[in-house]
Amino acid sequence: MATRKLAFIVRSLPYKTEASRLALTHAIASQSVEIYLESGDSVDSVVAFIGDGVINCLRNQKAMEMYGVTSIEQHIKMALLLDLRLLICREDLETFGIREDSLVIDAKDLTGETTAQIVPYKAIMEEMGSSDHLLFF
Amino acid sequence: MGKLTIGVFSSLVGSLSLDFSVKLAEAAIEKGHSVDMWVSGNATMLSKKGQKAFKDYSALEKSVQKLFATGNFKAAVCEACAEARGYHKEDTMEGWQRYSMDWYLASCFGADRVLHIGGE
Repeated sequence: MATRKLAFIVRSLPYKTEASRLALTHAIASQSVEIYLESGDSVDSVVAFIGDGVINCLRNQKAMEMYGVTSIEQHIKMALLLDLRLLICREDLETFGIREDSLVIDAKDLTGETTAQIVPYKAIMEEMGSSDHLLFF
Repeated sequence: MGKLTIGVFSSLVGSLSLDFSVKLAEAAIEKGHSVDMWVSGNATMLSKKGQKAFKDYSALEKSVQKLFATGNFKAAVCEACAEARGYHKEDTMEGWQRYSMDWYLASCFGADRVLHIGGE
């Protein structure tokens, strides 16, 4: 009976490539990974947005209206609804001048209770240090 | 010996990341390790059969078939990523499995090392 921690580090801009979308969909897949594992084993996923990646967390994305595809915002909310831990780098938000009230912090409209955390880069480094595997997107 | 999981997201044509991944898998297996490979996003094209070899482009079908023949290589393609590209089950090269993303995470769970190679 074991748990392996996977850290999904998102550095890519939204929509320019599909990298950040794939980071979220792969992280969300940790919710169904048990079908491939021994009883009691599990995967603990944490998603961290750093650098350009913090842009993914902006609210009021219009991907469905503009491109007819689900938004990264919807994926972030789904991750929060499934109680995944989402971390957003405080220093990188400051670099871009992004305020907390501009971000997707919760999924209350979907009855989610988990919220994303804005943390210093040092905390993200500690998460990476305590993870079994790092996956950069 | 160990187990290496390689997740690749780069395209077959337009990048040499898949070439590198296949060569790495060959080297690991030659040293006695086992390798799982997950292809997602544009990398799904690696698992499509009927690739025609041109000298100006990467052609990896034979290399991948040799990897399967070792018995120490397992590979899976993201089914949703493939279907979104109009690439269906009947187009899949022999040896490949088509799964959802949780297969990759399960492979990571049991891996001694994970090498995640992002897309363009």
